Amino acid sequence: MNKDFKNHIEKSLSKNIRIDGRKNDEFRKITVETGIISTAEGSARVTCGDTEVIVGVKLDIGKPYPDKLDEGVLMTGAELYPLSNPEFESGPPREESIEIARVIDRGIRESGTIDVKKLCIEAGEKVWMINVDIAPINMDGNLIDIGALAVMAALKDTKFPELKDGVPDYKKISKKKLPISKLPIEITILKIGDTFLVDPTYSEEKLTDARLTVAILEDDSLCAMQKGGEEPLTQESIMKMIDIAIKKSKELRKFLA
Amino acid sequence: MAYNKRLDGRKFDETREIEAKAGVIKKADGSGYFRIGKTSAYAAVYGPKELFPKSMQDPKTGVLRCNYNMMPFSGAGERVRPGPSRRSKEISMVTKTALLPVVDLTDYPNAVVDVFIELPQTDAGSRCAGICAASIALADAGIRMKDVVTAVSCGIVDKQVVIDLDYAEEAYEGGDVADIPVAMIPSTEEITLLQMDGNISRENLKKALEMVKEPLKKIAEIQRKALKDKYK
Repeated sequence: MNKDFKNHIEKSLSKNIRIDGRKNDEFRKITVETGIISTAEGSARVTCGDTEVIVGVKLDIGKPYPDKLDEGVLMTGAELYPLSNPEFESGPPREESIEIARVIDRGIRESGTIDVKKLCIEAGEKVWMINVDIAPINMDGNLIDIGALAVMAALKDTKFPELKDGVPDYKKISKKKLPISKLPIEITILKIGDTFLVDPTYSEEKLTDARLTVAILEDDSLCAMQKGGEEPLTQESIMKMIDIAIKKSKELRKFLA
Repeated sequence: MAYNKRLDGRKFDETREIEAKAGVIKKADGSGYFRIGKTSAYAAVYGPKELFPKSMQDPKTGVLRCNYNMMPFSGAGERVRPGPSRRSKEISMVTKTALLPVVDLTDYPNAVVDVFIELPQTDAGSRCAGICAASIALADAGIRMKDVVTAVSCGIVDKQVVIDLDYAEEAYEGGDVADIPVAMIPSTEEITLLQMDGNISRENLKKALEMVKEPLKKIAEIQRKALKDKYK
């Protein structure tokens, strides 16, 4: 990143001014569309400023894990397509994209958002596998929050294909939806110097000292966390960041209504 | 039974509904979106920029690189495994050779222009949609070009010559099917991509290649309009 640009952002932040004129706790404009991919059983497109993410859900049938014989399986993947940002390169998934997928996955899995026992067809043999893939089209920051919102919107949109001789018939989609009981929202708070920010752009993310992602449920309880960045955080900072996250989660959850 | 009426009711020389846009990816130097029926493609161009490793550089001209990729949920059946496959590598290669004849990179020695094509959903004709989107993206990036490259498939469904086969037609079981993706430089009518699988007679191939010219020129107009619309 250009050094002068970096100085400019940091200097402005110290006066509580963000480069795009937003408040520190203000998101960019968000739009959510669902049912946009005809080849997926569930899908969503979420835009937030210049960040645009597509999520597709494919369902198929597979064998359960040996330690959870009567539970379906949720798998979340993310790829940072080189199409979406000049700094992403082709090749196998790197740390960044694996972290994004795992943090989003954890928020949904650990909260018990999906009742995986209801995905069991035949214990030990056959269960529904939910494959969620996160595909950024435009990447201008905050991929965890926007990706997680798109994943929840796509899961809510998902309908089971009908079964024909025990095999899914993707041409016949039933009206049956996934057993979803909770709506976790992920909010990432960035710390740059002494400033706390939400919904960072890609250039703001580059200045990260530390960040904290919190997954929050309807009752304000937390169901997953991830600290990132190279600087440590004090307990006081962490509690402050969680308070901002809880407040913002209410705004974002409205988009899933 | 002869194929008198197309499965989706189109005329034999009619393409599916087309939508094209330029400048859809903010972070890219140029970008394009192209949808034909239920097949849609995004393309982004990055460059010209210095090419690494240096041994790949050409001191006489810039190099064009293309990468075609289907998103994991873009296939009608099971999930597509992420990452390159033999199929996607071949399509990336023929996409490059389809675009190269119109692109002039001699102003950018030792540089590379990257074209990334991503398909969110497909219903046959994805390489053609990718080429159309890439062509818009290259023009949007300000790369010097002789013309746009435009692409669509033609072929045979049970003795009937048709344009722009969808997946249901490719899978037609009532007779021979041939699917021929074609890319063309509209101003010279030169063909820059030609592939085929299926079964077709010499006469019918000629008929198909004649029939595909008009739809291709119409698509070229849609591509040009997309580029102009960006500046409205």
